[in-house]
Parts: sequence; structure tokens; C-alpha cells
Amino acid sequence: MTPAPLPTASDPLDTVRMARLLLIEDDPSVREGVELGLRHRGHEVRTAATGEAGLAALREFRPDLLLLDLMLPGMNGVQVCRTVREESQLPIIMLTARGDDFDVVVGLEAGADDYIVKPARTEVIEARIRAVLRRFEEPGGGRPAVEFHGELAIDRSGLSAAKNGERLTLAPSEMRLLLHLSASPEQVFSRQQLLEHVWEYSHHGDARLVDACVRRLRNKIEDVPGSPRYIQTLRGFGYRFGPL
Amino acid sequence: MRLRVPRPRGPSRRGPSRRGPSRRGPSRREATGGDRRRPFGLRARLVLAFLLVAAVSAGTTAALTFREVRNAVLGTAQDTAVSAFRDQVREVYFNLPLNTTDLVGTLRTIARNGRPHPWYVYAEYGSIRASSGTSPTSTVITPELRREAHSEPSGSFQRVVKDGVPYLTIGMPVVFEVGENTVMPTGIVLYAVMPMPEEQANVEALGVAARNGALPGLAVALVPALIAARSVLRPVRELRQATRSMGGGRLDTRIEVRGNDELADLARTFNESAAGLEHSVNELRQAEERARRFASDVSHELRTPLAGMLAVTEVLDEGAEGLDSDTARAVRLISAETGKLAVLVEDLMEISRFDARAAELNTDEVDAAETIRRTLEHRRWTDLVRAELPDGIRTRLDPRRFDVVVANLVGNALRHGGPPVTVRLGTAAGADGSAWLVTEVADRGPGIGPDVLPHIFDRFYKADAARTRSVGSGLGLAITLENVRLHGGTVRAANGPGGTGAVFTVEMPLRTGEAPA
Repeated sequence: MTPAPLPTASDPLDTVRMARLLLIEDDPSVREGVELGLRHRGHEVRTAATGEAGLAALREFRPDLLLLDLMLPGMNGVQVCRTVREESQLPIIMLTARGDDFDVVVGLEAGADDYIVKPARTEVIEARIRAVLRRFEEPGGGRPAVEFHGELAIDRSGLSAAKNGERLTLAPSEMRLLLHLSASPEQVFSRQQLLEHVWEYSHHGDARLVDACVRRLRNKIEDVPGSPRYIQTLRGFGYRFGPL
Repeated sequence: MRLRVPRPRGPSRRGPSRRGPSRRGPSRREATGGDRRRPFGLRARLVLAFLLVAAVSAGTTAALTFREVRNAVLGTAQDTAVSAFRDQVREVYFNLPLNTTDLVGTLRTIARNGRPHPWYVYAEYGSIRASSGTSPTSTVITPELRREAHSEPSGSFQRVVKDGVPYLTIGMPVVFEVGENTVMPTGIVLYAVMPMPEEQANVEALGVAARNGALPGLAVALVPALIAARSVLRPVRELRQATRSMGGGRLDTRIEVRGNDELADLARTFNESAAGLEHSVNELRQAEERARRFASDVSHELRTPLAGMLAVTEVLDEGAEGLDSDTARAVRLISAETGKLAVLVEDLMEISRFDARAAELNTDEVDAAETIRRTLEHRRWTDLVRAELPDGIRTRLDPRRFDVVVANLVGNALRHGGPPVTVRLGTAAGADGSAWLVTEVADRGPGIGPDVLPHIFDRFYKADAARTRSVGSGLGLAITLENVRLHGGTVRAANGPGGTGAVFTVEMPLRTGEAPA
């Protein structure tokens, strides 16, 4: 009912980039349609009809990003998502049907970075893909290579984080959120602001994306996720980094 | 009797946030008065009727008994007195001419022999008056008795009450026996006056006894009256509770049927009607549920092929350039219609989620003006729409749903109204002190026809019959209405003053989903 957001194709980095995409989708027409549309836009697309086949293709194809349908026969999308997240920081975008709200929440908890509601135009799908992939391309901007916040060490140029010297495996959205919040410690960001800057929603995004990502991030960086030190909630306003 | 009070059976899939604090249902007055006493209720009337019957029967019985016994008591006394007096009179002899002194002596003799009580005896002969007492004449003897005493040889009597004391007065003429069965009056008439205090006391005691017997009877009649009232009132009360329970939507309410009287029949009839009603309502609900599921399933099923089709519209559009003109037009048509179909199916899905009460509110704290500005910017409407959006209104709402509301109203105004379209934002205080967010979308078009206005939020309602299909799905305003309702708010359509276009006003709680402070 709402007109689709148009891709912001002004970034020169986007126009040249061609991504390797793996699509796991059980419905043949959706699989073929999305594959056709994305290939038409210049991406290299590999498809799989089941979660098992998708995981197998993952190792061999080494995609830049995974497009994952949540409703799969056999091993479902959430299980696939968890399996991937156990060992990889591969960006994951879920394909879902709006109204399957429970699936969205479960999928985000499982570690997906973003989601797309079906049916969607190819330009919408591509815009999401670009937004997720761009998260790794933020330049350091003259900051020191590694910042220390408490027991956290954040490497802005290396795009990695460690706690007590131990490297953390963060999903792209988690890494990007941590970078964004820690860049301005003690500044409060509303969910909509975070959706705009971290997820690149020029439009009203789903605030549950932020909440789920914060929960996942807290589980990885906080000593006690129930009473967070690094990512703090300001009820009614949003989130902030610190004060420690 | 126990009322089976079932669990309320609302739709099970109801989002917790669906019921906002401002969702005020009609305040149903829950009268707890199962035992409310009414001044002239059934109970009072039953008791009155019982008391009336008891009073009439007890009173009649007592009155009849009293009369009979009284007559019997007085009759015995007066019979004794009359016959004794007659015997006395027959025994006396008078020497003529009458000597008053002798006469008084004779009268005193008769008075001494009075039975059953002593009496006063008076004699009258011509102008001579004499008595056994101190006064020669009596005040108790009536002229009536005098007349009868003169004409009736065997004597006559009369009961007279004077100063509260009953007297028996007997008049007896003194006669000669002329022959067999023939008598001649001598002109002397003797009167006996006998007070009857004992009989009076007996009769009074009798009256008191009759009254004392009737009063406990009345009191005793209260007991069956109350029992009868209870036996009627309890089923009636239970019936009332059950009816109210039914009215409250608990259609499986039943009454326990006891006994075999008319009230049991009524209870049975109630149960049968309730069962019938429950059955019909269940069938209707199931039919409605089936229809809703069907709409939901259809849109679900349409969505999967659409997902494939929509993803390739771009390929079609670009590929059409290399095709011959007819094929290219056909391809572009399919591409364009696929897009519209996708919007329609999305809207149908959205509506069926509202119908199934599965729509959820995902509220967030936002700046109202910024939210609307984003909506306008995102759709490139900033140049077409005049925005009067004061900054600093913090509100809690579902941003996606609010975006849909504003976009549908502004889109509707741009399509059907005339420029300039204005979006105004403000706050208002409700009657109960709650704060409301007021969003107004006005245009300068022809306004909404009076026949259209009541249906403007109906699904697929076409204001213009000639236009077979609008740009939107036909569900936009219906979805707007549902989204506003989900926030616990209202949306209304009206025409501006003096035919200056249409005005849509959305009022939503400033803080949806929070308990009012």
C-alpha cells in the first residue's frame, strides 16, 4: 500500500559493486523471480531450495550475503540462520511475509541483520542488500585505530571488537550498531535515528530491528545482559553508549 | 440452583495492546440487586394477598361465632328471667282498690325472687306508679315495651343498653282467668328490670378471645406467604441473572430446572431458547470465521506467485523496449498491473489481520512532526502539501501504522480533493484530562457529497460510480480507520466550512498503550 522506497544510487561505491548472493527459497516462482531480478541488476546469484542445500552451497559458493526465506521445508530459516551465525559474520537478510510477526522477531533473535517483506520489487530488495553490505565500508575518519572503552577494544579500521582481549564475533548489524553508538559516547539515539543511520532506512523502519540487535549485542559484550553497562536504555528515548 | 457461569469467550487472538486505555466501552451498569426489595414487588403483593385472605376468614369466623355464642348466652338468661317473672306475676294477688304500700310490699317480694339475677320490679296501674326500688318509675323501660306489654297478655321483653350496662326489661300484664284459655286484663302491668353485668362480661371476654384468636392466625399466615413468595421469587431471580448473563454474551448460560410447575416450564423454555440462540450464534460465528479465513487464505495464496512476478517487473519493463509495439504494450500492462495487484493483496492481508484481531501495535517514542515530515518526504509530497507541524510534540505510537494513516489521508486528498492540501498537527485534552494527538488533513477540493460521507471509510466504497477502479486499492481509508482504532483513536471525515473541501481529522491518544497518568 505504500510506494516502494527508491534506491539511493548516488554512492559511487554502489554502482560498481556486484555482489555474490545466495538465495534460499523453497517456492520455485519466488526463487526464480528474485534470481532473475537480481541477476538483471548485475549480481551473481546462486539459489537453493532447502536449508540443507543452502548450507552446502554456502561453503562452496562463499557469497557476500545470504537471502533467507523463513518458511522452509525440513530445516527452517531460523535454524539455518542460527547455524550460519555460529561460525560466520555473513550478512543475512530474511524474506518474510508481513503479519508473520512472530517469525520476524524469532528470525531477528536468531541473528538476521534485516528483513524484507514479500512480495517486494527487486529495487527494494537490492536497496536492502546494499544497505547491509555498506556497513563494512565506513572509513575510520582519522580516529585512532583501536579505541578502548572499559574492557572493550573497538578497532574501527579493522572492523572488529574484543572484550578482555578476546575477539568477539559480531554480525554486521551488531558491529555497525556498536561502532555508531560508541562513536558518540553518552549521546542518546532514538530507534528511528538508529534505523536511519545503521540500517539506512530513509523511511519508517521497524523498531524491533534495533531492539533485537541491541539484545544480541548485549549478550555478547555485557557482563550481565540484564543490567547493561555499555549499551544503556533510556526509556522513552532510545539507546546510548555508556557512561561507563 | 447454580448458574453455570462459563468463561467469557472472546476472540482468542487478541493482541494485548489492542485494548488501549482510552478504549472506553459503554459503561454497563451492573446492578447487583438480585435481592433488591421493591415497594410493590411480587413478594409484597403475595404477602398482602395472603394476609387479606387470612384476615377475612379469621374475621368472618370470629364474628359469626361471636354472634351465635352471644345470642346463646343472652337468650338463656332472658328465657330464665321471663319465665320466672311470669310465674311470679301469676302467683300474686292484688286487693282492689290498690294500696300503694301493699303494692310496694308485693313488688319487693317479687324482686327478691328474681332469677337468675335480682331485679327491680315496677308496677303501673292508671296513674299509680310503684316500684321495689327507691324510684317509682324506671328510666330504662321504653315506650315501645309499654305498648307491647299492654297488648300482649303473656308478656314481652326487650334488651336495652343504658350507660354501657345491658338491661333485660320484661313487661307483664296482670290478668284474670275468665275461663278455659280466656283471660281478661286487669290494667295492672308489672315490669322487671334486670341488669346483666355477668353476661356482658362473658360476651366481652368472648370478643376478646375471638380477636386474640384471629391475630396469631394473621401472623401465622405470614409464614406460608413468605414461603410462597420465595418459591416464586427465587426462580424469577435466577431467570433474571441468567438473562443478564446471556445478554452479557455468555450464551452457554443455563438454568437448573427443578420441580414440575409453571416456573420449571419457564426455566425449561429458557434453556431451550438459550441453546437455540447459542447454536445460531455459533453457526454465524463459524460462518464469519470461515469467510475471514477464506479472505486471509486467498490473499496468502496470491502473495507467493506475486512475489515471483513482482521481482521480475523490472526485467519486463526493460525488456519491453526491444519488443514489437503490441507485445511491448502487453508486457508493460502486465508489469503495471502486477504492481497494483501486489498493493491490493497487501491491503487485503492487512484488513484480514485487523478482522482476525491479529494486528499488533509496535509502539515507539517519536516526534510527531518529524514522523509526518518523513512520510511526506519519502513519497516526494513535500512540494505538494502545506505542512503546519509544530515541533516538540513527543508521542508514543506505532510509526509504521501512523505513516500508513497519514499517507493514505494525504494520498486521498491529493487524488480526490483539490490543492492545496494541508496537514496540521496539534494536541488536545480529552474530557477525562487525557492528552490526544490531533492530525488534520484538509484539501480545497469539491468536498465529500452528503451521500458519500457515511460510507467514506467503507471497504471498496467508490465515491464516483463512473470510476470503476481508483488509483488505490479501495481499502486505503478502511485501513486508515482500523489503524487509528488500533491506537484507541478515532478518525472522522467532514466538509470544511462553506464548501471549502474535505477535512479528515485523526485523534489518537498521545501515549498509546500506556496507562493514563
